[in-house]
Parts: sequence; structure tokens; C-alpha cells
Amino acid sequence: MVQVNISGIMRKTEDSPTVFEVEAKNIRQLLVNLEKHYPEMKPHLDKGVAVSVDGTIYRDNWFQSIQPDSEVYLVPRLAGG
Amino acid sequence: MTHSSDFNAEKASNLKVIGTRPARPDGVDKVTGRARFGADMNLPGQLVGRILRSPHPHAIIKSIDTSAAEALDGVKAVVTRDDFAENPDNHAVLCNVMAREKALYEGHTVAAVAASTATIARKALKLINVDYEPLPHVTDVDAAMQPDAPVLHDTIFTSGVDPVPTIPSNIVARCEFGHGDVEAGFAKADIIVERELKTAATHQGYIEPHACVASVSTDGMSELWCCTQGHFDDRKICAALLGIDVSRLRVTASEIGGGFGGKTTVFIEPVALALSRKAGRPVKIVMSREEVFKASGPTASTSMRVKIGVTNDGRMTACDGEFRLQGGAFEGSPFDSAAMTAFACYDLENVKSVAFDVVVNRPKGAAYRAPGAPMSVYGVESVVDEVALKIGMDPIEFRLKNAVRDGSQSSYGPKFGPNGLVETLEAAKAHPQYKTPLGPNQGRGIASGFWFNYGGETCSNLNINADGTVTLAVGTPDIGGSRASMCMMAAEELGIPYDSVRATVVDTGALGFNEGSYGSRVTYASGLAIINAAQQAITEMCKRASMMWDIPADAVTWEDGYAKPSGANAGEFEPMSLAEIAAIAANTGGPIAGHREHNADSAGISFGTHIVDTEVDPETGRVDVLRYTVIQDAGKAIHPDYVEGQFQGGAVQGIGWALNEEYIYGDDGKLQNAGFLDYRVPVASDLPMIDTVIVEVPNPGHPYGVRGVGETGIVPPLAAVANSVSAAAGVRLSELPMSPPRVLKAMDDAKQAAE
Repeated sequence: MVQVNISGIMRKTEDSPTVFEVEAKNIRQLLVNLEKHYPEMKPHLDKGVAVSVDGTIYRDNWFQSIQPDSEVYLVPRLAGG
Repeated sequence: MTHSSDFNAEKASNLKVIGTRPARPDGVDKVTGRARFGADMNLPGQLVGRILRSPHPHAIIKSIDTSAAEALDGVKAVVTRDDFAENPDNHAVLCNVMAREKALYEGHTVAAVAASTATIARKALKLINVDYEPLPHVTDVDAAMQPDAPVLHDTIFTSGVDPVPTIPSNIVARCEFGHGDVEAGFAKADIIVERELKTAATHQGYIEPHACVASVSTDGMSELWCCTQGHFDDRKICAALLGIDVSRLRVTASEIGGGFGGKTTVFIEPVALALSRKAGRPVKIVMSREEVFKASGPTASTSMRVKIGVTNDGRMTACDGEFRLQGGAFEGSPFDSAAMTAFACYDLENVKSVAFDVVVNRPKGAAYRAPGAPMSVYGVESVVDEVALKIGMDPIEFRLKNAVRDGSQSSYGPKFGPNGLVETLEAAKAHPQYKTPLGPNQGRGIASGFWFNYGGETCSNLNINADGTVTLAVGTPDIGGSRASMCMMAAEELGIPYDSVRATVVDTGALGFNEGSYGSRVTYASGLAIINAAQQAITEMCKRASMMWDIPADAVTWEDGYAKPSGANAGEFEPMSLAEIAAIAANTGGPIAGHREHNADSAGISFGTHIVDTEVDPETGRVDVLRYTVIQDAGKAIHPDYVEGQFQGGAVQGIGWALNEEYIYGDDGKLQNAGFLDYRVPVASDLPMIDTVIVEVPNPGHPYGVRGVGETGIVPPLAAVANSVSAAAGVRLSELPMSPPRVLKAMDDAKQAAE
């Protein structure tokens, strides 16, 4: 199981959970299983998120591998100016 | 072949071309006027396009009658909202490009004409009859958040809160980042400082106004020439808004006279295409400076609250911030990145950062270097300065005590890898400016800042020419010297002189998709593609040499521009140069090229620290910048001149933001200063030479260690200048810009309070 930390617009209240657990060996599996097990996340996932894996932020790379002990955060999709 | 992007310490320590300062390839064209910018493109039979803009900040558009304009001799086309189909996927861009039910800001496009002359076009605009129903407006971010504020969109129900509101408002979204328990952290603090601060909306201030020429053929094939930071992005959005297949629209980027984020979206381009399609002739639109101010994409204005607790020995125990950003009339202010970057310089146990995205009756904001970060970092670094002062600690020592390092958890979540914040602070402490004595009415300010940097979708080609020269095709417009950097990286890999390589920014028909030149990504992502493309070409050239020598391809190595047998066992052959291999390419298999397509993900984060000395005139409140030094981690500077230029440019734009630049709205909701006479950007005579120090802590995700450098330089200056002016004036200033009247009032108020 991978521990997924959420933040930003997905952290809605002081008391809302910030860590979720899903089975995932890569980013695609992570996103699919988050949507499956936590359907309340779907609107945010559909709008687009980036995934930070061990400190590197991936915007689109579905097949980036994730280890069970990886540090994983869902973060906004940022680019810059 | 494999494409490793890992840092290669041995390679990085033996670079021959990287780190030198060759002449820029675009220099002669730009100083002689030969370079063609957006407005320099012309086509036979071209019409003049002009835009009718709303005089109201907020109004229902009840009807638009274009019949009189269309009947005017010389008018070839008029377009309105009826010429653009609904587009749910790009609704905000569509509504910004051409108003639909409502005009949402003064200057919002309502209609456009194409005519044979500018005079006729202007006359036609006056003949368009728009029936408006004016509505109450709001332009201030705090006022727009009030429950009784005029609501711009009845479709906005604040997201990021639970439960979701049942009534619409101007608050698009709330976001929150952080970890730990800030209340517990504040309980451990010896000193707590909390402040409310504000920053004004500013414009990127690029010298070249938006300009484009569109030409749509009767068979639907379409061409667009424009000044842009991302012509592939322009193609994508224009094709979507006009209902054109992507393959039938070719976009060419002109030379660009500044963008800084403001040319990462479209304003006039879809309008020109719609006019051309209707008129059957090419149409050119060039914005005036007033239009640029009123109807392109300035950055957000902000209000914020920042609270920081520290122990007497200088350890930060808790940080808490709330940041409110208006992004104009549509969602999309950089509120999330403001929240994420605010406390990013500090290794914190307890931190909470909340931000709001708010809409107001102003033009839709666009990106501006490190969007959101300069404002939130201004708030945080102002309070950091104040707490350091209160405990009597040197501001650099205070920052060093709390700075993030390799492995620190960032304030927005993930752990940081290797980074150069500490190195920039150490370099600041050692810099001569930091020891220079200050005179009366003078002050010194320090601030640090952070930006993520970005990689993204990129595609580049490298072609070996028959004469031994090399041409590069890149899809990212050159906004900061990237053509020179690309040539240097190709020359480094191939082992040939810089002068043998030339790079061209090619049109959208010549390469696969490239994201635009933003996010400090080009030298990193396009450069990495060029490095990989060169390595692919080298593999092919080694193969061609092996054919000539009749030995296996893997028995050939590449060294300093030559294919060589890899050892005695491979045989005794005279090395073949790149030029020799290129000359016989037709006989050995045909043209030799390399290409690389990737979605680059390992752009290294970047930190910087700025030192600024200012003097305040106690009679007038005028601020003079006496000395300024930018210290920033570049990972590895490819062409140090350009890196220093990015540092200096960021500092200068930040100085303008801090001291003078400001969108000023009247009670009527109209912009009062839409011109460079009243919107005061710094000019050379206002400034000292901006000194620079390049720190190089390698990015582990690039073979040479490159990090993006384009944006971090604008993050610290707002706070650095504010800290300096506050020290010089003897009173803390908490609102930007620190224009003379505001500085004078702050000093007078402080004097009266003391009395």
C-alpha cells in the first residue's frame, strides 16, 4: 500500500483526512485506485493534479514507478511564467 | 539508445563550451532592426483589424447591432460573440477573448472589424451599436470577498470548502498547505509578529505589444504569425476556439520583445483568425499600449495576513499565513503557488498556508514570472525581517538557522532534494555589499525566495549538415537566450566549435508538440532534448565510421568531435571528424540527424537571496536604490551572461513592483493609468548596476546540473526592497508599491505617533 498525502484545494476542513492508502505501483494505478476507493476525489482528479514522488513532481507521467515506501503527495499542476 | 538525465559529475567537471560567454546569435539582427517582431509581419491583401472594447467594468450585453458597420465601404468583416461557438473545455479563455452575455471589465472585447484601412476600421467601430445594462462592479480583492459584493458569475460556488456553499460568490476556491500544529508552535514562541500586508496588481511591462497576422484560406488551411511564448499552445487553443483541425493551423512565432509570462495565452489571435475566415483575406491586429494595459493579462493584486513565532535564540516555532489573490474576471489567480512558495525557504515543524482565488472586474490575469510567489514571499520575508530585528539577530544568520537543506520537508509537503539556499545565504554574508557602511536615511534589506521550476513536453531535432555544421530545430520561443544555450549544449556534446551550430525556433508544422517558454523550463527541458538528440547523432556517426572501417559499431567511440577506434583490438584507423563523416553521409546511409521527444520531470528547484541598499528622502518620500546584489543557484550556468541577465531582469522588475508599479482603478471601475507615463516602470537611469553572484549546486536531474533561472530572480526583490526601505524610513511599510506619497505618509504617521 502507498500512503498518499493530499493538500491544497482537496484539504477542505481542519478535520478532513490528509493521508489516504491505495495499492499502486505507478502513478496511473494510483490515480485510478484513488478515484475507485475515494470517489469524492473524482472532481479534483478530473480537473488535473500533479503527483510528487520522492520529491520529484510529475504532471503527466502515468508510468512513473512508485515504491511502497515512497513519499507521495498530490499537488496542484503548476508551470510558471 | 538510453537517455540518462542523471547528473554526471565527471562530465560536469570537464565541460569545454558550457560556462563560456560566446556572442549571442540574435544580437546583430536585434541591434540593426533586421529581426522581425510580431508587428513586422505583413501579407499581400492584408486587412487592418481593430477591436471594440467595453467602456463598462461590468454590464449585461443586451444586443449588438453591427449592420451599419458592415455597410461601411471598406469593411470586409465584423465578428462578435455570435462568431464563436460555445466551448466548455475552454470557457474562460473563450469568454475573455470575446465577451458573451456580460462584459466583465473595462476593455473587454465586444466586437472586432477588419477593414481595408485603419481609418475605416476605427470609423466602423463607432458604428457598432452595443446595448449595455451596466451592473455594480468590484475591483478590490477584499471587497470582492464580502457577502454583499456584486457577484460576477452565478456559476461560482467556492470549492475547497466543506460544505460547498449554496449561493454563488466571487471566491472561486480555497487551498491549504502545511503540517504540524501551528497553535502548539506559537505557544512555544518567545516572540510573535503578525501583520496584514498588501501588494498592487502589476503588468509584465513587455516593450512589444501583442501583434499577429492571421490568414485563413478558402479551403480552411490557416496560418498565424504572432509574438508569443508558446506557439504550439496558441495553435491548440486557437484550433479549439475556431473549430479548426490542429493539422490545418500552422503557427509561427516571431521574435519576441518580452513576455515574462504575459504571452503564454491568447487575446487577439483567435479574433484575427475569425476575421480572416469571414473576410477571406489576411488580417493583422496590433494592440496599442492602452489595450495592452486594459485587456492583456496583468498579475494579481493581493492582501494577506502573516504570523510568525520565534524563540529568543532565533528558531521559528510556527508560521501561519492567509493569502487572498484576485486574478481578474475569471478563475485562475496563482493562489495555490502563492500558498506553496510563501514559507518554502524554511525548515518548519509547524506551518499552515491558506490562499483564496477571487474574481473581480479586472482583466483576466496571466502568468508573471514565478506566479504568486513574489507577493506571498513579500509578506513572509517582511515578517521574517521584523522578527529577526526584534530578537536582535542578523537577518542572514536568522535565515541560515531556519533554512531548508537537502532532505528538509517543504512547507507544501514533499521533501526537498539538494538545493542551494544555504549557499546563497553564505555568499550574501560574504559579499562586499553586506559590509558596506550605510549613511543617514539609508537602509539595507535582505530577502530569500524560492521557485519550483518546470520541465514539460518538449521535442527537438538536430541535423548534421554535409559541410560539417549543425542546425537545431527547437519549438520553444527564445525569450532569454535559449538559441545560444542550445547551440552551446550541442557543441559540447558533439565536440565542435560553438560557431558551427545554429538554432532556429521552427513553426508548429516542423516539430511535435512543445509546451511554451515558461516555468524556467527551456534551457533545462529543450536543452536536455538537444543533448539527447546530439547523443543519438553521435551513435549514428560512430556507426557510419564503423562501416568505413569494417569493424563493429560498438568498437567506435566519440571523442572531441571525432570517431575513433575504441582500442587497439578495434584496429588502427585514422580518426574521422564530424565533417568527414557528414561529407560522405549520402554514401553511408543518408542524412544524419538526432531527435528527442520527452516529458521532462526533473527540473531542479531554485533559491535566491537578494541584498539591497536604499536611501529615502525624508522631505519627499522618494526612494533611491543605491546598491543591489542578486545571488541565485543556477545549478550550472550554460551561458553566464544570460544567467546574469535573468537575475538582473528579475531584480529590476521586482524593484518596479516594490516602488512604483500599480494598476490604479477609480471608483468608476476604470483603469486610471493605462500608459507608461502614469504606470512607472524603472528605467536605466533609476537604477544602479545590479551585481550578480551565480551559485552552482548541481540539479541531480540534469547531466550538467542545470536548474532553471528565469523566475526565481523576481521572488525576493519585493521583500528585500521593502525591508531596506523600512530600515531607511525607520517605520515598517506593509503595502506595495512604496511610492513617495505612501512612504512620506508612513514616516509622518510614525513621527506623530512618537510625539
